[in-house]
This record gives sequence, C-alpha cells and structure tokens, in this order.
Amino acid sequence: MLIQYLPILLFLAIAIGLAGVIVLASYVVARQNPDAEKVSSYECGFAPFGDARGQFDVRFYLVAILFIIFDLEVAFLFPWAISLGHLGMLGFWSMIAFLGVLTIGFIYEWKKGALEWE
Amino acid sequence: MAGPYLTGVSALFPEIFLVLSALVLLMLGAFRGDRTTPLICWLAVLAVAIDILLVARLPAGRQVVLSGLFVSDAFSRFAKLLVLVASGLSIVLSMTYLKREKIAHFEFPVLMLIATTGMLMMVSANDLLSLYISIELQSLALYVLAAFDRDNLRASEAGLKYFVLGALASGMMLYGCSLIYGFGGTTNFSHLATLLQSHHAVPVGLIVGIVFLSVGLAFKVSAVPFHMWTPDVYEGAPTPVTAFFAVAPKVAAIVLFVRAMEAPFGSIGGDWQQIVVFLSIASMVLGAFAGIAQRNIKRLMAYSSISHAGFALIGLAAGTAAGIRGLLIYMAIYIVMTLGAFGVILCMRRSGVMVEEIADLAGLARRQPGLALAMVLFMFSLAGVPPLAGFFGKFYIFMAAIDAHLYTLAVVGVLSSVVGAYYYLHVVKVMYFDAPAEPLEQGVPREMTIVLALTGLFTLLFFVYPAPLVSSAQAAAAVFFH
Repeated sequence: MLIQYLPILLFLAIAIGLAGVIVLASYVVARQNPDAEKVSSYECGFAPFGDARGQFDVRFYLVAILFIIFDLEVAFLFPWAISLGHLGMLGFWSMIAFLGVLTIGFIYEWKKGALEWE
Repeated sequence: MAGPYLTGVSALFPEIFLVLSALVLLMLGAFRGDRTTPLICWLAVLAVAIDILLVARLPAGRQVVLSGLFVSDAFSRFAKLLVLVASGLSIVLSMTYLKREKIAHFEFPVLMLIATTGMLMMVSANDLLSLYISIELQSLALYVLAAFDRDNLRASEAGLKYFVLGALASGMMLYGCSLIYGFGGTTNFSHLATLLQSHHAVPVGLIVGIVFLSVGLAFKVSAVPFHMWTPDVYEGAPTPVTAFFAVAPKVAAIVLFVRAMEAPFGSIGGDWQQIVVFLSIASMVLGAFAGIAQRNIKRLMAYSSISHAGFALIGLAAGTAAGIRGLLIYMAIYIVMTLGAFGVILCMRRSGVMVEEIADLAGLARRQPGLALAMVLFMFSLAGVPPLAGFFGKFYIFMAAIDAHLYTLAVVGVLSSVVGAYYYLHVVKVMYFDAPAEPLEQGVPREMTIVLALTGLFTLLFFVYPAPLVSSAQAAAAVFFH
C-alpha cells in the first residue's frame, strides 16, 4: 500500500536536495557584490512594501481581469483535452460552444479598446 | 452517445434563443458603436417578444432535462411569461431615458437580455446547482446595470452596495446548499422530495440548510429583515433600472423561492412555514410603516415593493394550491401596476433633469391630467382599492390564507395594507390638491404612452375578464400538488 507512494518520496527528496545544492552553490561559486536594488525582493516592478491603499494604474486591473478569463479557459481546456475520448460529441460541442461565447467576449473587448494600453 | 443527455433539449429553446440574441446584439453593438443603441433596444424587445412565443409553444406537461438540472412545467412556463413581459416592457421604458441622460450605451439592452436569461433559468431550476448558477447569471448582469450610470456617484454606490450584499447572500445560500447536500446526499429537488417522503425524522442539519437557503432567497426577494439594500439601490440606480429591479428579478426570485421550498421540501412544510410567515409579516408591516416617511418617490416604490413581497409570501406560507395560485396572480398584477407607476415616474423631468421628490408632482392634475389620472390608477391599485387589479391580487392571497387557517397573517396583511394605503393616497393628494409646484416638462414619449395605456387598461379592466390569468395560474400552481 504505502510502497506506492515511494516515487513521491523519492521525488520530494531529490527536489529538496537539488534546491539546496543550487542555493548553496550560488553562495559558493558566484561573485558576491550586493547593493540595495539587488537585495530587495522583486515584485513585478512595484515597490514590494507600502501602504495597502496605495494607488496604481487602473489599467493593470483591467489587464488582470482579462487575463483571468483566459487563464480559466485553459484550466477548463486541459481536463477536457485529456478526457475528450470519453466525452463524445456532446462534450466536444459543449466546449466549442463555450469557446464561441468566450471568443465573442474577446471580440467585444478588442473592439471596445480594452487591449490598447494608451 | 449524446442521446440521453440531449433528449428534450427543445425545452431549453427559449433560453438558448435569448442568449444567442444577446450575443448577436453584443457583436452588432461592438462593431457599429453606441449610435445603434435605439436599434439594439428595439431588437432586444423583438427578441423578448419572439421568446414569449417560444415559451407559449413549449409542449404541455412536465419535462425534466439535462440530467435533472432543468425542469419545464406549467409553473415555470407561467413564470417565464411574467418575466419576459416585465423585461420587455422595462426595455421599452428605458429607451428615452437612456438617450436623455446620455448613457445610451448598447450594453444596456444586452445586459437586460442576459439577466432575463438568468431569470428564465431560475424559474426552471430543479437542482441546487442550477439554482445557484442561474441566480449568479442574473445577479452579475444586474450589478452592472445598477451602476450603469457610472459617472454618477449614487449609481456607483448603489451598484457597489448591491454587489457586496448580493455576494453575501449568495454565500449564505451556497452554505445552505452545502448543508442540504451534506445531510440529504443529493442536490436534486426530485430526489430530495423522494428522500424526505420516506424519512420520518428530518436531520437537523438539513433544516439548518433550508434556513440558510431561505435567507439567501429572502435577500433576493428583498423580504424583511434582508431588505436593507433595497431603498438605497432603488434610489441610486438609474430609474428604468429601478423599474426593472422592481419587477422582473422580483418575480423570478419569488417564483424560485416557491420552487425551492415546495418542490424538494413540500412534504416537510411545517418545518419551514414559520420562516415564511415571519418574513411575510415583517415585510408587510415594515414596508407599510417605513414608506410613510419617504419623500423620494423611488424610495417609496422600494418600500412598496418590500411590502408587496410580503403579501406575495403569504401565498407561499399557506402552502396550498390556492396559496401558490394567489401568489402567481399577485405577482402578475404587481408587475403591471408597478411598471405603470414607474412609467409615470420616468416622465417626471424639469428643465432637462429627472426629479424624484413626491412634492414635485404637485399640480400635475392641472397640467397633465392624463398622466395624473394614470398615476391615480396605479396608486389606487397598489393600495388595493376595488375594482382595480391590485384588489384582486390581495383578494386571492387573503382568501388562501383564510382557507389555510392563517388568520393572524390575513389580519396583519389587511391592516398593513390599510397603513400602506396612506402613502399611496398621499401621492394622489399631492397631485390633485397641493399648490402647484414649478411645472414638469410636458410631452410623454410615444413608446411610454403605449406602455402606460397598456398597463393602465389592464389595471382598470382586469375585473372584467380575469378568467385567463386565474385559470393559467391555477394550472401552474397544481404542479406541486398531485
């Protein structure tokens, strides 16, 4: 029973080991020359720490929302693609209908100029 | 392979048609821009009209499709007709307003169509999952509609408030659904009904689930104590949106309330009846008393809609075929007189801006006697004065309550309708007897005249030939009582 989980255990051990080796190696091998910008944590170009109510450009918000839609679409597509053989024609056309509706939404946002940054 | 899932898909034609027309109109708008808004509005009305025909042509009898998620029966067909009529008239009412307020974006009718599709699915839900999905489809479109005048501070506030409280209600409802599923083992209404008929002891967790579910639904029908959002949203949203909110989603939510209580839990009616009795009494009383202090006519209509939801819920509390019949008749009459009243409110303009105070109506009887007369009809009908339609709505409801031995409910109902009559009659008094205010703009748009004439005639002449409505409501109510 439990032996079935052995590959996972091995994988875990190798992953932890490899990660440790890489971190250590970068200390030992690389040239160390730190400055303030290099050691601060990086977060998509924003200042990593600050007031939670800080203002940011509303266009980021729009892009994030548009991104989420297509990200979710992919989350639906993967399981669908894997089990398509069992789903039959109904499963196939259901997804096509879903993609069709999504495409209409995409055309709408394109035409409205939501994808233009300026 | 697809066979068993797709049989009877014809029962879904109205919904499919409405979604497709919404998508086509969206594309039309996206490519041709906002100048096509009037055309898109009329095409949306046409789509709704065709949809009414499609619903009318659905086969008789009961049909359960999509693996039990979706049901088409006399009850859902009756409710769909009400929702479609309410939506179609609301779109007509909004056309001139959109143009004058310079918010004539083509998304408006498209969002109305999408919300309407959600409502059609709500009244056909036969499973907790389809119930939730359809409510969300409806609500998401409605949140956007509430904040449609996005440069207006109060409209944005209304939209945000509605969104936050709506999400809270959805959360409660979902929690109730999960409890019902956990203790019942199924989300399907028919399976739950069979399960509860064979069980003698109902698990407490299931009852708690029903309570949470009814809290969510009470929010959607704006029954007290879950009504707090209603006056603010009704006041802040653009007036045609308020008119739409007061009719179509209300009908859909109340009908869904009936279905979600009667279809799965009809056999344990005693366990949830007291919740509905409480919601009903609280809504009637609060709607009647809080309306008295209102100066803004949209807030007044909000409290009016709260108390009318209370009256309609009497029918559900009765839990009999007569009660459900009364509820359906009540909602049918309610949408007509409310849309009529909002038609008059939409005509209240002075030097190019909308005015919303009741005092602004002063002297209307002298300057626009026709409009004032229409408002009198709707106000008397909302108050329940015979022989107008509103009286018959209350009559069928109270009769059912008496037959079900709910005497307290009937007495409270009659008393609060007397209290409510004060503020409806106050509007009439202001129009006819108060010193004239600065005159309102003359001229009623043509499509508005048509709506006012139709709703006014229905309100006035309902008593001549009530048979079609009463008999179809009877057939619809019989669905739950074999």
